[in-house]
Amino acid sequence: MTSDNDRRRGLLARLRGRPVARSRGRRRLGAAVRLVAALMLAGGAYTVLAPGASAQENPPLSSAAADGKALFDVSCVSCHGRNAQGIEGRGPSLIGVGAASVEFQVGTGRMPMARQEAQAARKPVVFKPDQIDQLAAYVQELGGGPVVPAGDNLQAGGNIAIGGELYRINCSQCHAFSGGGGALSSGKYAPSLAPATDRQIYAAMLSGPQNMPVFGDNQITPEQKADIIAYIQQTLKEQGDPGGFNLGRYGPSTEGVAIFLVGIVALVFASLWIAGKS
Amino acid sequence: MKRRKFDMAAVPGNTARAVDDRFQVATPLRRLLNKVFPDHWSFLLGEIALFSFIVLLLTGVFLTFFFEPTMTEVIYNGSYAPLRGTPMSAAYASTLDISFDVRGGLIMRQMHHWAALLFMAAIVVHMLRVFFTGAFRKPRETNWIIGSLLFWVGFLAGFTGYSLPDDGLSGTGLRIASAIILSIPVIGTWVSAAVFNGEFPGTIIISRFYIAHVLLVPGLLVALISAHLGLVFKQKHTQWPGPGRTNANVVGERMFPRYAIKQGGFFMVVFGVIALLGGLFQINPLWLFGPYEAWVVSAASQPDWYVMFLDGSTRLMPDWEIHLPIGDGYVIPPLFWPTVVLPGILVGLSLFYPFLEARYLKDYRSHNLLQRPRDVPFRTGLGAMAVTFYVILTLTGANDVIADKFHISLNAMTWAGRIGLLLLPPLAYYVTYRICLGLQQHDREVLAHGVETGIIRRMPDGRFVEVHQPLTTPDEHGHAELPYVGWVVPKKMNRLGALGPAVRGFFFPIEKPAEAPVSPGHPPVEPRPEREEVGSGETRR
Repeated sequence: MTSDNDRRRGLLARLRGRPVARSRGRRRLGAAVRLVAALMLAGGAYTVLAPGASAQENPPLSSAAADGKALFDVSCVSCHGRNAQGIEGRGPSLIGVGAASVEFQVGTGRMPMARQEAQAARKPVVFKPDQIDQLAAYVQELGGGPVVPAGDNLQAGGNIAIGGELYRINCSQCHAFSGGGGALSSGKYAPSLAPATDRQIYAAMLSGPQNMPVFGDNQITPEQKADIIAYIQQTLKEQGDPGGFNLGRYGPSTEGVAIFLVGIVALVFASLWIAGKS
Repeated sequence: MKRRKFDMAAVPGNTARAVDDRFQVATPLRRLLNKVFPDHWSFLLGEIALFSFIVLLLTGVFLTFFFEPTMTEVIYNGSYAPLRGTPMSAAYASTLDISFDVRGGLIMRQMHHWAALLFMAAIVVHMLRVFFTGAFRKPRETNWIIGSLLFWVGFLAGFTGYSLPDDGLSGTGLRIASAIILSIPVIGTWVSAAVFNGEFPGTIIISRFYIAHVLLVPGLLVALISAHLGLVFKQKHTQWPGPGRTNANVVGERMFPRYAIKQGGFFMVVFGVIALLGGLFQINPLWLFGPYEAWVVSAASQPDWYVMFLDGSTRLMPDWEIHLPIGDGYVIPPLFWPTVVLPGILVGLSLFYPFLEARYLKDYRSHNLLQRPRDVPFRTGLGAMAVTFYVILTLTGANDVIADKFHISLNAMTWAGRIGLLLLPPLAYYVTYRICLGLQQHDREVLAHGVETGIIRRMPDGRFVEVHQPLTTPDEHGHAELPYVGWVVPKKMNRLGALGPAVRGFFFPIEKPAEAPVSPGHPPVEPRPEREEVGSGETRR
């Protein structure tokens, strides 16, 4: 029933259907209901939006996040503080670091940290995968932040030539041409990329863990991230070394060790042998 | 027709006679073939350098067939997928082609690089042998100088070769070299502009380094090596002191046949070791470094080992910048001291050491007999000091790799290097000096009291004494002191024939072990049977 008449009327009126003559009592009742609804709306909006004691007591956590908070309160709270707000001199605030950060730090065993030192080292993972997901959900719901895209294969469609160029420009200064890692100042270091999975490399680029800078999607687009991961996983790790044993790919320093330990030692023995035959 | 019988056995003689009739070579050749070389394993170390130089020439010639020494930009389209489509210089692209598309190219490149490292390593090891045995003394100072120059020219050859592939690593090295040149006061900018034909990197440096690397520097090396060997020939090789060996003779093997055959065999061994290294160990995976771009500097970018001491001295240098208020003001950057002044001092010290030592000892005589390191403690100490200094600088050149792989703070490594560079060389001098004196002392002890037999005798009063075997018949006081002559003193009973001679042979015994004496309580006191004196022209056994 879409007459011209119907179209000229307001939206609420159209929703209500045809106009009916209403009694005075019903009009009063309607006004009272509207007033109560408006008050409830205002109060509800205040409850949701306004900061205060009531907001802290009643965080809108999903069940996974609630489980994550329970884990957090047992394992992480000593350094990162209540509600992950951080403790000066012990651990940073986690509000806004995002699930990517949790996935990297906890998923590689770096967190929980064994002790306070220059940098947390990779070690056996403490939490189960679903627990890590719960912690990630909790931190994500605390204040948002970067999230690693779904799936285990984040190098699909990556171009290794472009990835190689990006890797050499952005990553090789610290992780070295080989991905083997390198030293930074005062005991800090860029770790080896050998054990890193696609998701961990992606999470590291997004969250910039420890001493690594953040490579957000504005600096390196998701497609470029896939290129870099493809280069690391396919070229640096899977391709192997066409020239034989790679001496750890530490550059000319181990080559210098090898020439003395292998070349000179072998030839000094050869000269002992030759000179002994007289 | 009468057929003459062909006498195969007469062919060499007839040929030799025919050659001599025409060229009169028999007399000089006889002298040459009869030339005697002393025989000791440590005299073969220089040959390692010589033979690896030959391998360098052979493999280098192969590489020139495929290398394109220009910086023209090309788009790589070879078989190494991770760089396909990348713009790069023709030099780098052709190096990638050598590595991936030329048959046998990769092993040739790797052999060339390994041979270069071995060349420098053998030079250093040979130089240490010459230094610690005093072989550089008069009349051989010139050859010492030529040898030291060979190290520095080899250094230049290595650096130009390292720069040629134009990958990320060599470009980084070149950038450092340009910074070092720029740090020289007054002339630095001019020299840099002359070398690079303008601002770094320019477009010509690869072509220039190429001609230096394949013609000028190898030409210089060949000339120096020829002079070095010619002088060894003319001045004759030094020898260890020993029975029948004096300052005025040479005891050893004739050049032909044994010495020549041994050297030929040793060349094959060196070639084989280099080929094994080239085939088994990957060196400089330049495909991972990518083409050189000014903004690409990988972690662990190090020079080859023989340049690493300069990298190390730079890392240890405090940031002392000197401002000179002359004219508009000059700045001497801190880089100048560890990379220009320090190598300058090292070159000067190494070149003139023989003269400094002769002056210090007031010893201007000719020496053809070597000295054992323990017999000249101050020189051995100085050598240990120099080695310590060099090793600390070299390790510091790789201190980021060491810090990372051994979980040490890089800052701690730097400070350990700074403190170590000042404290450890004098400590090395002292310790070496004391060890030399201790070894001398032990030799003198054996000369005075004899060899320890390991037999403990209990005296009637309950004391225990060890039985010593005197080296000569004792006089009426029971003393048998022999003069100290600076040569090996037997320290074990089987050296005196008590247990029969040690079984000889490398893989299996070439002679039957002699019967050991049966009565351990009575060490044999008969003197060792006199050995035949070894003179020139006799093979020793």
